[in-house]
Amino acid sequence: MTKEIRLMKGNEALAEASIRAGLQAYFGYPITPQSEVLEYFAEQAPKRGFTVLQAESEVASINMVFGAAGAGARVMTSSSSPGISLMQEGLSYIAAGELPCLIVNVNRGGPGLGTIQPGQGDYFQSTKGGGHGDYHLIVLAPSSVQEMADFVFEGFKLAEKYRNPVMILTDGALGQMMEKVELPPEGSLPYVRPEWATTGKAATRERNIVTTLFIEPEVMEQVNIKLQKKYTEICEKEVRYETINCEDAEIVLCAYGLSARISQKAMDLAREGGIKAGIFRPITLYPYPYEILNKLAETADHFLDVEMNAGQMIEDVRLGVNGKKPVHFTGRMGGMIPDPEVIYQEIVKIVGKK
Amino acid sequence: MEENVLEGLECVYVKPDTLTDKYQHYCPGCGHGVVHKVLMEVIEELGIQDKTIGVAPVGCSVFAYNYMNVDMQEAAHGRASAVATGVKRVLPDKYVYSYQGDGDLAAIGTGETIHTVNRGENILMIFINNGIYGMTGGQMAPTSLPGQVTSTTPYGRDPKKIGYPLKITDLLANLPGAYYVTRQAVHTPNAVRKLKKAIKNSFEYQLLDRGTCFIEVVSNCPSGWKMTPVDTIKYLEEEMLPQYPLGDLKVPQNN
Repeated sequence: MTKEIRLMKGNEALAEASIRAGLQAYFGYPITPQSEVLEYFAEQAPKRGFTVLQAESEVASINMVFGAAGAGARVMTSSSSPGISLMQEGLSYIAAGELPCLIVNVNRGGPGLGTIQPGQGDYFQSTKGGGHGDYHLIVLAPSSVQEMADFVFEGFKLAEKYRNPVMILTDGALGQMMEKVELPPEGSLPYVRPEWATTGKAATRERNIVTTLFIEPEVMEQVNIKLQKKYTEICEKEVRYETINCEDAEIVLCAYGLSARISQKAMDLAREGGIKAGIFRPITLYPYPYEILNKLAETADHFLDVEMNAGQMIEDVRLGVNGKKPVHFTGRMGGMIPDPEVIYQEIVKIVGKK
Repeated sequence: MEENVLEGLECVYVKPDTLTDKYQHYCPGCGHGVVHKVLMEVIEELGIQDKTIGVAPVGCSVFAYNYMNVDMQEAAHGRASAVATGVKRVLPDKYVYSYQGDGDLAAIGTGETIHTVNRGENILMIFINNGIYGMTGGQMAPTSLPGQVTSTTPYGRDPKKIGYPLKITDLLANLPGAYYVTRQAVHTPNAVRKLKKAIKNSFEYQLLDRGTCFIEVVSNCPSGWKMTPVDTIKYLEEEMLPQYPLGDLKVPQNN
């Protein structure tokens, strides 16, 4: 199968890209607004030779992912916010067991059962831990259907390179909206079954054990030190972001995912109105691009954080800006989407001219 | 073998290579060691060490992977059968077994247990039922008997308030996904032999791909029951077995 251009929903593009990325097994549970992922896989699996299983819960799904990843397979799951909450125990175990896998969170508005409309309220949960213990997921935030597809490849690569779970944190709007997407050819991501995988103890090697239990604290500390070393390396090598019009910007809009798309429109309105606005869009939410923010704080006068939550990433923006310039916030919550015009008005208010 | 040490003596027993040399942490008299042994003997006798993946639970047998010389994964509490499902689905040609206690399999993992069997996952599930939480210090298990005194039922388990012993094996035997369901024990040499046969059959059934094999092992817990090992055998026979009678609950249908 060659490279191909299609018009697809974000969720379907992500699923199709996963198959082309050599997905071997998917375990999931239906939840709006991501059920298309499971449905797409269910339809494709018999034709294209991979495993798909609708589990009895998200708790079961993530533990099936644990087992399959521990057996060395290229494996993923997807869900939306309440389901991702149920997976947090499993994610902690997967991070501790250093099992590569891909988790997709099509974020909806919360807390609680919330709403099925898009949200970004899971930023803290995704980037700061979520489950118990000191661990991190690598978190990728697409802002287009194209990136929904591209980041699957990126996600599997990073997961397997670092033996770490990778999350694609997207939202209900990106999952549901249709855009043109260029899909890479099938089989373009090489796969080698890792030597540590539990595949049956050959006579030529010691048995392989996948465990997260290190009962002696001296050993558990060493495991933590190893994990932290890995996270440090990830922070050094894998930071990804995009900046638009930041060179001369007096105000930098900080936003990821759908908020970044909306902020672009607000930036255009500002530029039309004579305000030099730019965009800083983190692509990796963990590791977070603190350095570039700190550099931007040398030239820009203001930072405006735009999110679909009560202000979560703003804490990282502040860490990056590190007090050099004021950091402002505007956003909507509970499944409501920010209006570019309202963001523009906020820009005008902050910069103080029109 | 160390024949020089045993010179002139007949060798009547050899530990299987599928058991490691690691000293087991189980309490004296506990059934886990026996189950580990027969399970590993079967794997050796069938010659499937290189094709077998085991899944350990949370509970007393959490360290099973230290003793079983096969590739293993240690699952979260209650999730062993989901983890085993993940393994089997990506390695369908391998032999997969899970090993869980009563709290793990029949309390926190009830959902995973029922659905794994209901899907007829082609694995062997081993369920050690000793009616108590051993590792955490003797709390009530879903399978604790009516009136049984535990650290969380200090006045005895009152079914009216806290439920009846959960006969999950009986329940599972009703599911079409179950291929072979049996209840065995390890309190007598004869019981051990029967268990071993059941385990052997279950691994052989995996080649047929007909559904889940499920073996409950009614076992004892001298520390949790606060009895000598000898007394636990008596208690097991007089109190446990009437609630959990031994034998096959579902036998394979030839078709």
